[in-house]
Amino acid sequence: MAARHMHHRGNLLWIAALVHRLSGLALAIFLPLHFLALGLAIRGEAQLEGFLRWSDQPLVKFAEGGLVFLLTVHMLGGLRLLVIENLPWHDGQKQLASVAAAVSAVIALIFLARMF
Amino acid sequence: MAETRGELNVAIWRGAGEGRYQSYRVPLRESQTVLDVVTFVQRHLDPTLSYRFACRVGVCGSCAMTVNGRPRWTCRTHVASVAAGGRLEIGPLANLPVIKDLATDMRAFFEKWQQARGVFAPSKTRHDAIEQIRPDSAARMAADAAIECINCGVCHAACDTVRWNADYLGPAALNRAWSLVNDQRDAGNAARLRAVAASGGCHACHSHQSCQEHCPQALNPTASIAGLKRRTTVAYLKGELKG
Amino acid sequence: MNVGRYIWQRATAAIMLPLVLLHVAVIFYATRQGMTAADILARTRGSIVWASVYGAFVVAAAVHVSIGVRNVLTEWSPLKDRGAGVLANAFGLVLLALGLRAVAAVVL
Repeated sequence: MAARHMHHRGNLLWIAALVHRLSGLALAIFLPLHFLALGLAIRGEAQLEGFLRWSDQPLVKFAEGGLVFLLTVHMLGGLRLLVIENLPWHDGQKQLASVAAAVSAVIALIFLARMF
Repeated sequence: MAETRGELNVAIWRGAGEGRYQSYRVPLRESQTVLDVVTFVQRHLDPTLSYRFACRVGVCGSCAMTVNGRPRWTCRTHVASVAAGGRLEIGPLANLPVIKDLATDMRAFFEKWQQARGVFAPSKTRHDAIEQIRPDSAARMAADAAIECINCGVCHAACDTVRWNADYLGPAALNRAWSLVNDQRDAGNAARLRAVAASGGCHACHSHQSCQEHCPQALNPTASIAGLKRRTTVAYLKGELKG
Repeated sequence: MNVGRYIWQRATAAIMLPLVLLHVAVIFYATRQGMTAADILARTRGSIVWASVYGAFVVAAAVHVSIGVRNVLTEWSPLKDRGAGVLANAFGLVLLALGLRAVAAVVL
């Protein structure tokens, strides 16, 4: 058995970094699918229309809400990093990370609210 | 002898990379530190336990170990503040090879220090006038904010990027490089910036801030590394780095 | 990660900050009740602005994603920098191709 070195993962900034990485990966996987869907328009609007109506299902709308959250949280998390790296140091990074997550959740919830 | 206030169940890592946690029962005492606990085990229960310490008062950095999953100075960690429910788990510092039990091989840590050019390069001799340094200059203040590192290895152990990226120089080495970059007497910055701009240098840092969170000296390697990122970017765009 | 890739990743991130904000606004607009494919395409077809903005977005995203994926591969998979680079660059090219195709699909 190897020594356990799981340092405290409850640390908010560790969670923020993980969310940033995982959201990036999820968006990276989503992007080709997104591009393929839009590319349906090449064959004329009927194909795209068919896809859009398929995506009207509640489950798909929830997934889209999730994607809006992932995009926003990845961007805001990245913005926090750009600030750390290029502007004078500010303490309060945990608060900024929390605000980023909260704002992203609100935007995603507004998106979903409009759907129903 | 301090009054005993019950018993502590302590699990201490025995072995090297492979091994196991061995349990000991240690009398609980007032104001007891984790180092006191390890010392008690070695002196009274199991003389085969290996560990490092020196000053016992938080100025040398020798006694850093993993305590309940976090890297800490054991001489400055009170048992009362970490042993929830009378249980304590003590292991060697992470991200370094284990020699035996609680003693790690710090060579890799110091080799990365050298690789990052964390060494002062003199620009003058004794025959030159003494350099006039204003303590309130921006560069000196930046250097002073980073200078109190005693190479304890806690930040290195706390850093996930060190764990994931074998080439990463790590927060301590880069923090020292930053303090030297800001030292106006230093003549080695061209080579130093190249060293920290290489693969495994400052750009590998993801700003998780685990280093800052755990540093017992309240240093901020994340901020130092951000400074190095800015300096190397400017140097690169000016063509001063080999890229 | 070296200084060159770092600059490209941070620069494309900065470029995409306003583009992502714009895109979220576009998402909200395009998902209004009753918007059909015809409605959307009527707004995008023949638009130089749309082509330029989203074309730039695709290019920036392809660069940004490929560098990010490369980092994740070197840190979380057994791949070393060379192998990770090959995979990440290939993925970037796929994104570039599919993305520009998607922009063309709605603009042309």
